[in-house]
Amino acid sequence: MIDKRFSNALGALHDVPDGATILISGFGEAGNPTELIHALIEQGARDLTVVNNNAGNGEIGLALLLKEQRVRKIVCSFPRGSHSHVFDELYRAGRLELELVPQGTLAERIRAAGAGIPAFYTPTGVGTEIARGKETRSFGGRDYLLETALSADFALIKAERADRWGNLLYNKAARNFAPVMAMAAKVTIVQTRHVLEPGDLDPETIVTPSIFVDRIVHVPDPVRESDHLAALDKARAA
Amino acid sequence: MTGWTREEIAARAALDIPDGAYVNLGIGQPERVADLIPAGREIILHSENGILGMGASPAPGDTDMELINAGKKPVTLVPGGAFFHHADSFAMIRGGHIDVCILGAFEVTCAGDIANWSSGGNAAPAVGGAMDLVAGAREVRVIMSHRTASGHPKLVETLTLPATGLGVVKRIYTELAVLDPAGDGFRLVELGPDVDLPALERATGAPILAS
Repeated sequence: MIDKRFSNALGALHDVPDGATILISGFGEAGNPTELIHALIEQGARDLTVVNNNAGNGEIGLALLLKEQRVRKIVCSFPRGSHSHVFDELYRAGRLELELVPQGTLAERIRAAGAGIPAFYTPTGVGTEIARGKETRSFGGRDYLLETALSADFALIKAERADRWGNLLYNKAARNFAPVMAMAAKVTIVQTRHVLEPGDLDPETIVTPSIFVDRIVHVPDPVRESDHLAALDKARAA
Repeated sequence: MTGWTREEIAARAALDIPDGAYVNLGIGQPERVADLIPAGREIILHSENGILGMGASPAPGDTDMELINAGKKPVTLVPGGAFFHHADSFAMIRGGHIDVCILGAFEVTCAGDIANWSSGGNAAPAVGGAMDLVAGAREVRVIMSHRTASGHPKLVETLTLPATGLGVVKRIYTELAVLDPAGDGFRLVELGPDVDLPALERATGAPILAS
């Protein structure tokens, strides 16, 4: 019987080594696997390379992982946020390496890794500082940059529904990077609000097929980052 | 010199969007356009984080933080809307499927060059989807303030900040005017209320060409 469920997040993350590269889903608050990130903090791995669209907000989830100084390097497109002070302080102090990647290039580098494509040409970033040191090639009279696939040891993602095989559905714009990240890691770990049996999900609507998923953790009532940020603002105002 | 309010600028930009267009809205001032689509037009708004058919802001108390725009603010979905993952979202952008994108900017030149990702200094840069959008959208438009907080022109002859894209901006909406980059200068399309030409020229770092 295939059963990818783990009884808790810490168990699902037991084998993350120091120095691992980890893809973390989410765009802003939507789709952040906050409970998995908190378990990663408890698990203790350090010297990590983390890939996320942003660089954490407040002092929760990814921002807390940064604050605990577990991350050596972050690969992201937009580290600026309404409450990105943890990142800002580490970056200005030179204690966190930043690889800034245009958002579409980031998504495509991850997708390529999952699809067995080692590199691709893109028009994004031609003529800018992003192009520095990258091979440029002309196709049909237009210049393109060579960008390489971005694979990882682990992916931590958030889903709305999962069956025990690992077929996944997401909620609205919380889908964002999760489907491509699930494809691109050696081990993909999912936190999901609902766990179902195979056959419960309509096969016509499954977004991530189970082959891309390794471990499932049931988190029925995930923390809301917006509540945390509101509490942070209130505490600061007081 | 009064000019347009921020809301009026966004409404002016919305007025230029043709019926049936697929339109991406960037972070900041462009987000307001979603609330100001002219009545009677079916315009499909794209948000880079995986939404087609993005609607206006929700009523207070009716927000869902898993339904947000590029600026991470809550939005709604119109009937017929769809969700998709990031690689598909940027295939729409890079693949030339977006008719119009509206971005914010630090600087735009009269050649249509745009800078909006790095302010230099030791502040962290943040590019998001801007470079993909200027590379892939069929038409790039900008909503921006005409000058910096300290009064320096943001519409200039040459970028002082790192470029996002070169020769891509087709139209600019500011509090003072609607202008089109036209090579040697900015071609005046429309002056804001109570703004006169000499005032516009003083506030702009490149020649203003008559329309």
